[in-house]
Amino acid sequence: MKAPMNLHTATARRTTDRTRRRRVGAWITLMLLMAVTLFPFYWMLRTALSNNRSLPSDPGSLLPVDFTWGPFKRVLGLSTLQQAQAEGGSGAELHFWRYLLNTVIVATTITAGQVWFCSMAAYAFARLRWRGRDKVFFAFLTALMVPPVFTVLPNFLLMKDLGLLNTYAAIVLPYFFMTPFAVFFMRQFFLGISKEVEEAARLDGAGPARRFFSIILPMSWAPITTLALLTYITAWNEYFWPLIAGSKEESRVLTVALASFRQSTPGIAPDWAGLMAASLVAAAPILLLFLIFGRKVVNSIGFSGLK
Amino acid sequence: MFVSPAALGFVVFFLWPALRELYLSFTKYNLAGTPQWVGLDNYDNLIHDDVFWNSIKVTVEYVIINIGVQTAAAIGIAYLIFRVTQSLAVRSILLMPFLVANVVVAIVWMWMLDYNLGIVNHVLGWFGAEPTAWLGSDTWAIPSIALINVWRFVGYTALLLFAGMQTVPKNLYEVADLDGASEWRTFWGITMPMIRPVFAMVMILSIIGSFQIFDTVAVTTKGGPVNSTRVLQYYVYEQAFVRSHYGYAAAISVVVFVILAALAAFQLKVLRAGDSDLSGG
Repeated sequence: MKAPMNLHTATARRTTDRTRRRRVGAWITLMLLMAVTLFPFYWMLRTALSNNRSLPSDPGSLLPVDFTWGPFKRVLGLSTLQQAQAEGGSGAELHFWRYLLNTVIVATTITAGQVWFCSMAAYAFARLRWRGRDKVFFAFLTALMVPPVFTVLPNFLLMKDLGLLNTYAAIVLPYFFMTPFAVFFMRQFFLGISKEVEEAARLDGAGPARRFFSIILPMSWAPITTLALLTYITAWNEYFWPLIAGSKEESRVLTVALASFRQSTPGIAPDWAGLMAASLVAAAPILLLFLIFGRKVVNSIGFSGLK
Repeated sequence: MFVSPAALGFVVFFLWPALRELYLSFTKYNLAGTPQWVGLDNYDNLIHDDVFWNSIKVTVEYVIINIGVQTAAAIGIAYLIFRVTQSLAVRSILLMPFLVANVVVAIVWMWMLDYNLGIVNHVLGWFGAEPTAWLGSDTWAIPSIALINVWRFVGYTALLLFAGMQTVPKNLYEVADLDGASEWRTFWGITMPMIRPVFAMVMILSIIGSFQIFDTVAVTTKGGPVNSTRVLQYYVYEQAFVRSHYGYAAAISVVVFVILAALAAFQLKVLRAGDSDLSGG
């Protein structure tokens, strides 16, 4: 009885040693990976708190060079032209608040429309019986395969014909009613709800609209929030379409503004500190959302929407 | 009735534009007047357009570097977090670059890769390396852009693969551990075969996404130096919105579409996306 026990513990000890070594190695690798992931964020902050004129004096300094809030003030329009130029700002105006407002309006409208209409469509695809349902769903599926570059030209022409170029509507409309992903994402969730939930209401004579709004929707807050977050982030970060449909001042969103701010900075001695401050402020709302809803976003990354 | 708003969106902003794009590719059109039917002229010009062929070459080069590095790294990272820690904090940090707009990512890396003041050249200088014009040389521009986007997407891709790994039955790993199988063998013998459907899906989506590289190029190099980063989508953009050659731009985007569709079909076949080895393939 005793001997086999000893043998067993010996093997166990050997494997735990090996496992522990492996674990240490794995954690070191993981730490390095996270350092590489986080460093650019830190570098943005470090540069954004530096005096642009002093940057060349110490390009490798881990701390801000000649600390100042100047770059943030420049971006937010809180400093005078003289102050900005004294710290190496370009003096070019960036109507940050305007672009922020534009971005918020665009991203919010897209999210509201898309989540609402796609949930309704997904419910019909998942739960209602109607003629041609599967054919229509298949057609929606094919839209996944169409690359944006393929539709961007005609959509631009359409907006132009409608006289909508450089309005919020032009930027919002193509994503307002549906994206294939949103439909699949919600359909997948609705398919998972047991049919019996609706059965009682159906026998009571409740129509599909009542069942959807009073039974299905209230129990779908979790996936709806997730979808809304993902849609909002995507809309916030979109560059290609807003560049084409709304690059003029009145409808310019942050990504477009940042890119053109970058291009308008002088080739010699660009205002890197100002650029980093602007980039950071543009990314901040999404990072803040992520801080609040991180768990939801992280856990939603998977193929729940497609498989 | 439930579907009608979404169906409207589908018809107006996906189906109709797709058909119109196809039609435009057979026309000459510069926004003034109406499109003029020219048959296959655009495609004929395309075949003899060196810049077009170069943009295919450059795009393929980008995709190979981007996807090659990204996939290898993402599998490693996914397996690492799967076996070592499932910590939400770790996963959140890895996902952070994905949440930031391409434009922001491009600007930050432009700064870090700056010839004179960039931290990358500065650090390489400690090891005695000469400064490199990462985005300003035709040799390095594409690899640099490819790696910038690896940084942005690798965490996201890893989390997708990680989600796939979580569906693998735990007892398979217990058996492997008891048998004293090495981590390497466990990975190739259990994990990879089991996550193949997810892996295939991830590959298809990331390659399709990678082919559509635009934002980073538009912000950093604008196709240059010379044509070394004039990727397909940037070429379409330039032909249409800078030069007003709408018909020609449409023809290029038809080619892009055909390439992507062919790629997806080919990959689905090769990777047998439908079934994992568990379901008896």
